[in-house]
Amino acid sequence: MPAGSPNRNPDAAVARHSEAKAWKVLDAVVDPEIPVLTIGDLGIIRDVKTEGDRVTVTITPTYSGCPAMNLIEMQIRDAILGAGWADVAVVTVLSPAWTTDWLSAEGREKLKSIGIAPPVGSAGGRGALFGAEPTVSCPHCGASTTTKLSEFGSTSCKALYRCDACLEPFDYFKCL
Amino acid sequence: MDSALFQYALRLGDTSLILGHRLSEWCGHGPILEEDIAMSNIALDLIGQARMFLTYAGEIEGEGRDEDALAYHRNERDWRNMIIAEQPNGDFAATMTRQFLVAAWQVELYTALTRSTDERVAAIAAKAIKEVTYHRRHAGEWMVRLGDGTEESRTRLLDALVEFWGYTHELFELDAVEADLVARGVTVPAESLKPAWDAAVNAVLAQATVDRPGDGWSIRGGKDGIHSEHLGYLLAEMQSVPRAYPDARW
Repeated sequence: MPAGSPNRNPDAAVARHSEAKAWKVLDAVVDPEIPVLTIGDLGIIRDVKTEGDRVTVTITPTYSGCPAMNLIEMQIRDAILGAGWADVAVVTVLSPAWTTDWLSAEGREKLKSIGIAPPVGSAGGRGALFGAEPTVSCPHCGASTTTKLSEFGSTSCKALYRCDACLEPFDYFKCL
Repeated sequence: MDSALFQYALRLGDTSLILGHRLSEWCGHGPILEEDIAMSNIALDLIGQARMFLTYAGEIEGEGRDEDALAYHRNERDWRNMIIAEQPNGDFAATMTRQFLVAAWQVELYTALTRSTDERVAAIAAKAIKEVTYHRRHAGEWMVRLGDGTEESRTRLLDALVEFWGYTHELFELDAVEADLVARGVTVPAESLKPAWDAAVNAVLAQATVDRPGDGWSIRGGKDGIHSEHLGYLLAEMQSVPRAYPDARW
């Protein structure tokens, strides 16, 4: 078999099919702190590999001290084993470091739907990191006149804002 | 075993863990809810960074010690944190001052370490730099509010600066352990971080309308396990449960 023609390799085809199935199973795993988001939406699954009965899921933490990571790891194990695989390994990688740029478009919409403002702009510019204040729109009424109350909110990944128009407080998913 | 790298991983991990533990003591005692939450969040970041460094330290040592063994089953003289990290919280101005001085150093250090020849150190630094940048900004904003605030807040900030200043010199001192790592490109000379730290600190002090304290005294020794009297008490509390029930599992 010539190298580089995976379509003709039945083993590779089976592996791809199996990996797609594993990704689908992982779609059911949600962030315990923001349960509208799947871990796929969050962008923390970096890789899924299958090898026979064994699945290796590679994840990356959002924040260094995110207390949800241990639970997420347990949920990944449960989901994979529950779907019939015999063995699962969850590997954590640090590099490249997670960024909110990896949040899916669907994930951003889901955040808005539960009253959390999604990250504004791209983390690549690093403006957010070095003090430039983003314009955060209110997820309740859509007004763009909002005030930051605190850099730190209910979880590591969020800041606390208030809408100056409808006066509702809300969480903002920080750009990182 | 790469003993210099082991020591260095402990220094970084221990400084983060002890500072994180100190901040966690504010949980439920913050002056306002938002700051209570902020300090707990920063504590979480720091403890998370500590976990990564201590896990690495255990792997380098190769004697089967994991992050928990290193955090909960070492005595005072085996800790390698900078002495400033273990200083008591004092009032809110003191906690913010200590936080600012350390975070400003961590920002420069982790920026440099993202280019480390040690891949693991570089990866942890790349993760941590995002977090400590937030920490520095948060604490810096409080320095300005307190210094340029009321007579009372200003007095407290000035007291805190004088209290902690002498502990900052240790952050910028190169010793044999680090010289070995500098030669291998794992880290940079500690004193090379000073100009950028000075600039960041001076800028915030100027905005806070307070003078920079004089370099009259300095205390060092944390890197070699010589600590102030405060660390023992901190460890006694932090380690009490795992030491009372050493085989306990979640």
